[in-house]
Amino acid sequence: MSETTDLIHDMAEKLFGDMCDKNLLDEAEKGVWPKALWSAMEEAGLTRALTDENAGGSGLSIGDAMVATRVAARHAAPAPIAETMLAEWLAASAGLSCPAGPLTVAPVLRTDKLSMAREGNGWRLKGVAHRTPYAANAAAIFVLVEAEGKNFVARVGTSMTRIAPGHNVAREPRETVSFDCALASDDVAPTEIDAARLRAFGAAMRTVQIAGALSRALDLSLQYVQERVQFGKPISKFQAIQHNMAMLAAHSAAANAAADIASEAAETDLDPIKIGVAKTRAGEAASVGAALAHAAHGAIGFTHDHTLHFSTKRLWSWRDEFGKESEWSALVGRAGLNAGGAGVWRKIIAQ
Amino acid sequence: MAHLNFAPPPPFNETTEKLRADVRAFLDRELVGMTPAERARSWSGRDVAFSRKMADRGWIGMTWPKKYGGHERSALERYVVLEEMLAAGAPVGAHWIADRQSGPSILKFGTEEQRQTIVPRIAKGECFFCIGMSEPNSGSDLAATRTRAKKVDGGFLVNGQKIWTSGAHVSHYMILFCRTDTTGEDRHAGVSQFIVDMKTPGIVIRPIVDLSGEHHFNEVFFEDVFIPEGALLGQLGDGWKQVTNELSFERSGPDRFLSTFTLLVETLNALGPDANERAAIALGRVTSHLMVLRRMSRSVAGMLQRGEDPAVQASVVKELGTTLEQEIPEIVRMLVDAEPDYGADNPLVAVLAHNMMHAPSFSLRGGTREILRGIIARGLGLR
Ligand SMILES: Cc1cc2nc3c(=O)[nH]c(=O)nc-3n(C[C@H](O)[C@H](O)[C@H](O)COP(=O)(O)OP(=O)(O)OC[C@H]3O[C@@H](n4cnc5c(N)ncnc54)[C@H](O)[C@@H]3O)c2cc1C
Repeated sequence: MSETTDLIHDMAEKLFGDMCDKNLLDEAEKGVWPKALWSAMEEAGLTRALTDENAGGSGLSIGDAMVATRVAARHAAPAPIAETMLAEWLAASAGLSCPAGPLTVAPVLRTDKLSMAREGNGWRLKGVAHRTPYAANAAAIFVLVEAEGKNFVARVGTSMTRIAPGHNVAREPRETVSFDCALASDDVAPTEIDAARLRAFGAAMRTVQIAGALSRALDLSLQYVQERVQFGKPISKFQAIQHNMAMLAAHSAAANAAADIASEAAETDLDPIKIGVAKTRAGEAASVGAALAHAAHGAIGFTHDHTLHFSTKRLWSWRDEFGKESEWSALVGRAGLNAGGAGVWRKIIAQ
Repeated sequence: MAHLNFAPPPPFNETTEKLRADVRAFLDRELVGMTPAERARSWSGRDVAFSRKMADRGWIGMTWPKKYGGHERSALERYVVLEEMLAAGAPVGAHWIADRQSGPSILKFGTEEQRQTIVPRIAKGECFFCIGMSEPNSGSDLAATRTRAKKVDGGFLVNGQKIWTSGAHVSHYMILFCRTDTTGEDRHAGVSQFIVDMKTPGIVIRPIVDLSGEHHFNEVFFEDVFIPEGALLGQLGDGWKQVTNELSFERSGPDRFLSTFTLLVETLNALGPDANERAAIALGRVTSHLMVLRRMSRSVAGMLQRGEDPAVQASVVKELGTTLEQEIPEIVRMLVDAEPDYGADNPLVAVLAHNMMHAPSFSLRGGTREILRGIIARGLGLR
């Protein structure tokens, strides 16, 4: 890790650690926008992490931005940090500027196809994007859409859309956005990014977030098993508990390694195989890890009052978003089948 | 809070990738005609001539000092050679243990004379080792060792028995772990390691046939076996510390997740690009696990290179890695409509039979699953 990376990590750890307390997370679940948190993130430069410094951003590398994202996820920060980065990246690819405030991207489902056609001097964008993260909170939605056989990015002010509420199981906003809007020609620009690449970057983000959330579930569990007394001793003294904690830690370590793979891929070639590997492995770690964390906590961890669910519900959501394990492992597996026995090692695993 | 940190592995570079190309060219030449069933033996497959050829190329004792016959290459370069060998199913078994742990132990704890007389021969592929740890009543509980080396004039007299000793019948030396002091209370004190010449009078080796009908491991009996003072490895009574160090080398390498790689290869060959979606998902999952384990294992190689102690991380790699190795035959069973058959001409069902029958041993040899989980839990501060 470079010195900058360490600084970003420590700064994010302090910021999110201080601000994301139970009260803030409870309020966010009720739909209250965490204004103070977002302002603090703005001040720290985390809301324009990927935007060039001369355009008012922080100009972080993708790797360093991922470090901040991992820490934010560790503290279950209820704000679109990853989505804003995705939007910045998409906007930059098309040379579009970003308005102030939170941002998001659409569509995030493979099954949602929007359409865009020329109208007057500009364009008309139509269609419905389901499960769009934080749409109602966003200043703009950056839409990736195909038109005239090319990929375009459209910058759409949220007020131009119709938004129906919705959430993932962690109560993070995932809304249905209906578009039927006239866009000025300078709100639309072509991009080299296609739907597969956007999905890959999104999956890399969620992989990193899973690693963050799982490390928190591990911390909470390690702390709890050393405090909780049954049969006259801390339950951490029981071998079954020790072994479950060992497995939780092992899966958390694997998720972190997967997140490192995803970050490196996002920073370089966005190789869908590497990202598929990472999302697949992290998704599995999320499933196993969340189950072990809950098992160790007993009934108290099953309550809304305890904080464990802020992490585990995010794990259950993020493992599915931008492609669940089956989607990504199918891609990795097909590449292996195409490479064949002789090629799988040399062309894929150790290429 | 105690986290298991896996630092980013040292990156591959021009040197490692040039080496990788050399190893691949060598394997393409040398392994022609080797059947999948032979490759499935992985690092249990032995071929002394092959070991010599590797030694000629400087691929045994790669990281050791030149003055002891080594090649002073990086841990990462060694890693590249190991993983390429295992992925190809090369018969590396003859020298595996000596290269992986006995040589490094002698270099670290041995006397100058031991280093000079033994280590160069290991690097030449002329000298093979076995591990004398387990006993009938001392398996996971290694400190319960009862084999005894008693101080006598000019050396030690050994009495006792080892068991499950892989390759004892084809090894030149054993690193013997045994008790040298029976007086103390502390079970971890009073144990030592010796470099024992397997031709020493009084040593009797009896084969043990495994469930698949093969002979790899043995019982080794010691009856008034005299070993000279110079055979003591490290300090008298330091055996526990030394053996713990040795096990870090034993636990973290690519041999802990690639043992059943040949089965993945044969499955991909058998199913082909038109395989159904279910197969693609299952095999993609296996591939994903392998790639993440590879990164974690390289991270441990980096720690070893820097002289850090990765005992806990090594246990994580072995635990996740052997679990995957054991899962692979179970997954393949569900993808192919055929029964495992050891002697079949069909390479897939022959390899499946081999891997399925050997799978139980993966989470026993080198420390059982339960023992590894205990080590990880200790690393987390729970015990
Ligand atoms: C193929 C193969 C090759 C081998 N090669 C060698 C070799 O070359 N040299 C050598 O020295 N040894 C070798 N071994 C032996 C190996 O190291 C032992 O099998 C292993 O350490 C376990 O010992 P055990 O078999 O006596 O089982 P036991 O220790 O009796 O264990 C039986 C079961 O009890 C569990 N158990 C034991 N203690 C605990 C505990 N404290 N808490 C929870 N569960 C526990 C174990 O995990 C296991 O599930 C080999 C084994 C195999 C299978």
